[in-house]
Amino acid sequence: MSRLDAIRGRSLPVDHDARRIAALAANPACDRRAVLDAAGIDKAKTVEHLGFPTRFGQSPFAVSRTQEFRATVKAHGGAHILRLLREVLGLSVEEAGYHDVGDVGADAGHGVRYRHTMAVLKSAAENPADAATLVDHPLLKLGVAGYDVYLEPDVIAFQVDRRFHVVAIKSFAIIDGQADSGKVSAAAREAAVYVHAMRDLFAQLGLDPERVSHDVVLICPKDFMNFPTACLVDVRLQLEALKRQLQRLAKIDTLLDRLPPGLSLDLQLDGETPTRPVPELSAALSSIPARYAPECLSACEMAYFCRDEARACGSLEALGRTVRDDLGGVASLPVAMDLIAGSGVPSAEHAAIAERLGFVRRIFDEVVA
Amino acid sequence: MTPQDQSRATTAEILSDYTSGAHRGLVVDSPPGAGKTTLVVSTSIELVKADERLMIVAQTNEQVDDLVDKLASNAPGIDIGRLHAEGFEPPDRVTRHPGVTLHNKIENVENCQVVVATADKWAYISGRSWPWAIVDEAYQMRSDKLLAVASLFADGHALFVGDPGQLDPFSVIESDRWTGMAWDPLQSAVAVTQRTNNLKVHQLPVSWRLPASAAPVVSRAFYPAAGFSPGTAPGERRLELPVRGLPGPWDPTIEEATASGWALHELPDRHTVRTDPDVAHACAALARRILDRGAIAHDEHGSHPITPDRIAIGCAHNDQVAAVRAANPPPGVTIDTANRLQGREYDITLVWHPLSGRRDATAFHLESGRLCVLTSRHRHACIVVARAGIADLLDHHPSSPRMQLNVPIKFPDGWAANHTILAHLDQHRIQP
Amino acid sequence: MSLLRSFLTVRAVREGRAQPAATVRHAHLSAEPLVFIPLRLAGEAAAPLAAMVGTGRADARLLGVANPRSRDQRFTFMAELAEIIVPYIQKYAAQVEISDTKSAYERCLDAPQILVPNPGGLAFIRLIGRSTRFRATEGPHAVAPQVPLLGRWLTFLHERSEFAGSAMLLAMTDLLAEHWVTGLSGPENVNLAGQLAWIDPPDGMTGQDAALIAEDPLRSPPAGPDTDPGFDRHVLKPLIDAPSPARLHEALRGQLEPTWELMWRAVDLLRAVPDADSAEGRWERDRTALARQNTWIAEGGLPPGRWDSAVAAARRLAGLEGAQQSYEASKAFDDPLVMAEHRAEGAAFTGRVITVDADRKIIPPGKKRLVARPLVTIGTSDPVRFAPGKKLLSPARPKQGTVLVSVDADIVTLQINSGMTKDATLPSPGEVVCYTELDPAGGRRPALPDVTETPWTHGGPPPEYVPTDEDAQEAWS
Ligand code: SF4
Repeated sequence: MSRLDAIRGRSLPVDHDARRIAALAANPACDRRAVLDAAGIDKAKTVEHLGFPTRFGQSPFAVSRTQEFRATVKAHGGAHILRLLREVLGLSVEEAGYHDVGDVGADAGHGVRYRHTMAVLKSAAENPADAATLVDHPLLKLGVAGYDVYLEPDVIAFQVDRRFHVVAIKSFAIIDGQADSGKVSAAAREAAVYVHAMRDLFAQLGLDPERVSHDVVLICPKDFMNFPTACLVDVRLQLEALKRQLQRLAKIDTLLDRLPPGLSLDLQLDGETPTRPVPELSAALSSIPARYAPECLSACEMAYFCRDEARACGSLEALGRTVRDDLGGVASLPVAMDLIAGSGVPSAEHAAIAERLGFVRRIFDEVVA
Repeated sequence: MTPQDQSRATTAEILSDYTSGAHRGLVVDSPPGAGKTTLVVSTSIELVKADERLMIVAQTNEQVDDLVDKLASNAPGIDIGRLHAEGFEPPDRVTRHPGVTLHNKIENVENCQVVVATADKWAYISGRSWPWAIVDEAYQMRSDKLLAVASLFADGHALFVGDPGQLDPFSVIESDRWTGMAWDPLQSAVAVTQRTNNLKVHQLPVSWRLPASAAPVVSRAFYPAAGFSPGTAPGERRLELPVRGLPGPWDPTIEEATASGWALHELPDRHTVRTDPDVAHACAALARRILDRGAIAHDEHGSHPITPDRIAIGCAHNDQVAAVRAANPPPGVTIDTANRLQGREYDITLVWHPLSGRRDATAFHLESGRLCVLTSRHRHACIVVARAGIADLLDHHPSSPRMQLNVPIKFPDGWAANHTILAHLDQHRIQP
Repeated sequence: MSLLRSFLTVRAVREGRAQPAATVRHAHLSAEPLVFIPLRLAGEAAAPLAAMVGTGRADARLLGVANPRSRDQRFTFMAELAEIIVPYIQKYAAQVEISDTKSAYERCLDAPQILVPNPGGLAFIRLIGRSTRFRATEGPHAVAPQVPLLGRWLTFLHERSEFAGSAMLLAMTDLLAEHWVTGLSGPENVNLAGQLAWIDPPDGMTGQDAALIAEDPLRSPPAGPDTDPGFDRHVLKPLIDAPSPARLHEALRGQLEPTWELMWRAVDLLRAVPDADSAEGRWERDRTALARQNTWIAEGGLPPGRWDSAVAAARRLAGLEGAQQSYEASKAFDDPLVMAEHRAEGAAFTGRVITVDADRKIIPPGKKRLVARPLVTIGTSDPVRFAPGKKLLSPARPKQGTVLVSVDADIVTLQINSGMTKDATLPSPGEVVCYTELDPAGGRRPALPDVTETPWTHGGPPPEYVPTDEDAQEAWS
């Protein structure tokens, strides 16, 4: 049993999806998140047990909207997709072969589906006829922290003229050519994971990984309609960031070496119910260094737990990066409070900031008095 | 081909392409110190010889004055008009040329063969047109400024010259309203013109400013797509320190820089306030020590002592500039932000690393243009002053850029560029 | 943010409640604002789910869509909304006066003011405007005549709201953040309930404790436009799947009412802050813009297209920059606490006048005659970061142009260049003065070419905008 398995305990590891992997970049400096993700720990369940339930959740309306839109896009043998690919890639293809890798049966194991994906992609890639091909539901694999992680992409791989494009279908609207930058960025990070995994697979098959394009086709609803439109998104920068991130996770051992021996985050599930005493679990989590910042609130399931911990130990970072930055060098809230109040003698390393804050205090008092 | 030949050939090609009149617009990408001004001067001379009228648009008064001075010195026979704002006090380097007419009214200069002014001044001129125009520092110009002057040469031929690696123009307005549109007014003049017209681009191949020790790394870090080479061979530029060194924190750094063209003066790792007094002090003291040691520069033109006006200290923020000024630097040394050092040249520069002492790396501090300006102003040596720990900081902040639809992504990414420069500096690291 | 705001954030935590960031209210506050809290159906770009709207605390109107997926119901909702909002705006638009300035122009006597909870609300208003302003009122997809009118007015208000200092459409969290600094981080500060918990915590509670309670979606439902996914799953979905209009109505009321209360509490808190001097002037510009827009609509002008042309974009950017610069400066001139923020950043300094050389005369460079150029020396303990030659202004004498001559340790010397007319006074020894680089007047900006003369560098003249059938019929599905 590896160290990571030991940390997770008897629970089954949760599956990574591309979103999870892409989200690793959200707070890359955080060891806690790296360990939890590498060990495949169910973060949502963990924090719920600790009394800090995550507030992510997706609305059922959003879920069904996504499904409906995806169905519209794929209807009639992917007629919309072909139309859009013709538009954005400037192609003249009239028809394309369609392979659904998901066809091997829903309960076929990951391994089976992965091999099937490989076979389908390989034959498409080696097809001398140069026919256009759509490959739906490919199952991809990625090495994360020494583990093989299967990715079940909501994407389609499209080949034409010997080049593959990842096609991502998203249900946020492109209105007058613009879309929410946060959602586009998230989609690009996710798509980069697929591009990376597909290039990996190509390398394994002895094919040129560069045949998988870094230009991803993003399909979204147009304006306020249900009608699909598309846009090319260049994910080269995301690919770079992802590579660095995976390299960092590959070095997880050095991180694990610094953790207390015998560390366990086991929830001690009894059926579906965690029975691990809360103080014990909480202490175990706290022994993995974290780096909470308010940005975590929208990026990591652990956020409310980590925020509580950060506040309790007087981290200045909990007040946001700007404050932390403006009060450069001051890490603790109690110290910051002393400095702004001018109480106590500042340490040598805080002399510069103490002087600036002293000035600010003086002019503030001057005005408010 | 020698760099001279290479450069001459490119210039000749650009000149004939432009003066042929076959393009209504041409773009010339010019890496740091690649002879942009020389190109502008020779183009002007060529056009005047052919009895053509030319207007030149630059971005700041300083740039305009530099250009006028160079043009008048190289071709004293040309009749140059220097159009300026009311109340502007022209410097001696412009007024000393008899061939230069200075005025704030276009009527008084429009008959000159070449008329030069800032974009801001040109924007108030209307009802006139020129068959030839040069837009200098076009990558620093905002698209809406070009819109305000383009009608003056819209029926003629325009040459856009500038350095694509430097800082983008800036606005206090953060609006997504035009994001993705080809004519988004927040982009640079070149970006808009290129997206709507796809003009032919030339590239100057040789940096005459950067020494052989700097050109390859700057080229690799900031101009990955189209590199450039140095105009001088290794060893052709040399710094000498006649006064003997002393024990103490400064001389090893200065000696490393004089020997290799680079030094990283690395202070102990610590998160600090933005105006880190230790860094400010180090910048000021290093500048003083260079002067105290009587540094002499030898280059392809001969030898000269390094005087304060040949040294610059570059920072990211205004308050850092103020902190260095307060740290008792030698009088006469230029201390300024990257924005204001664009287009300038010195023998030695000292750089306050934008990421020094920081807890996180924001887009501002990672911006590749900022680091590019700071590390490409020097003819001889560049000394970077920073707290240790930047490599870790970069590792903790892999860039995940904000993506927007239909906005071309930018290369190089600031994060990667920072890594390249840091890896290079690592070989010249001095810990006092 | 600025160092002063960071200072105040820490101070807020220390004191257990929000700290003032302004001594006066910089936005005009209408006597009869219209509070508008829209909710949208999750997963959709702009499908309305419900809204609470009205001009008084006791006058809440609840609008809801029984089946948000139905296109017809969406337009019924829009028509109902239009019945409330359009008359509210038109009432103000209809009453105009002629200015008594040199070149007379029309302006309205007063203007509407719509308050939404947060920036998300502003963005949603833009989308409502965009999705309704092109609608045809006859033909295959006809909508009620008020609907496109609603779209045009909301589009107008949203476009105005991007100009700093405009007050016809405001997001409450922005407004509060401008006047108070809480102990919340930036990402948390767009939560209206959390902000108010810090600004006005219940007795015996710190802001931090109150905010913890306030961020619980069960106690303070999100202020929209996005709903709580838990509410969607456990309450809304069952009520939409098995329709029960009465219960749906009550459920939506339960989601909206807490925010409604918060909005009016915030209005009360803001009312208690005295008006800034220049707020009226800015409101006047809103009133003028309103009159202009009303005339444009009345004379059959088209709604704005989907995109700005190159010229329109550049022109608008210039306007936005001018407004921003002048708003920043006016705020500082009106409010010593805002000026303190600039002092902390080195963009202003305060000190005491030591000497005044009122009779100094010099011949300026390039001129021939002697002119008065008084010199003033000021002792200051503020760090002064300006370089000689910097043009500075003082709130006490905003018309008097000065230039910095030198800074020597803590003595600053200024030369007065203009604004020395008969009734103007010079600073006098002993007086405490403040000088800054900020300028409320804003700079002069050159003209841009006419749209029809857009040069080739910017793509040439764009085709004239004509609303298309596609614009008018775009299916909402
Ligand atoms: S919420 Fe906690 S675990 Fe998650 S990234 Fe932030 S600090 Fe790390």
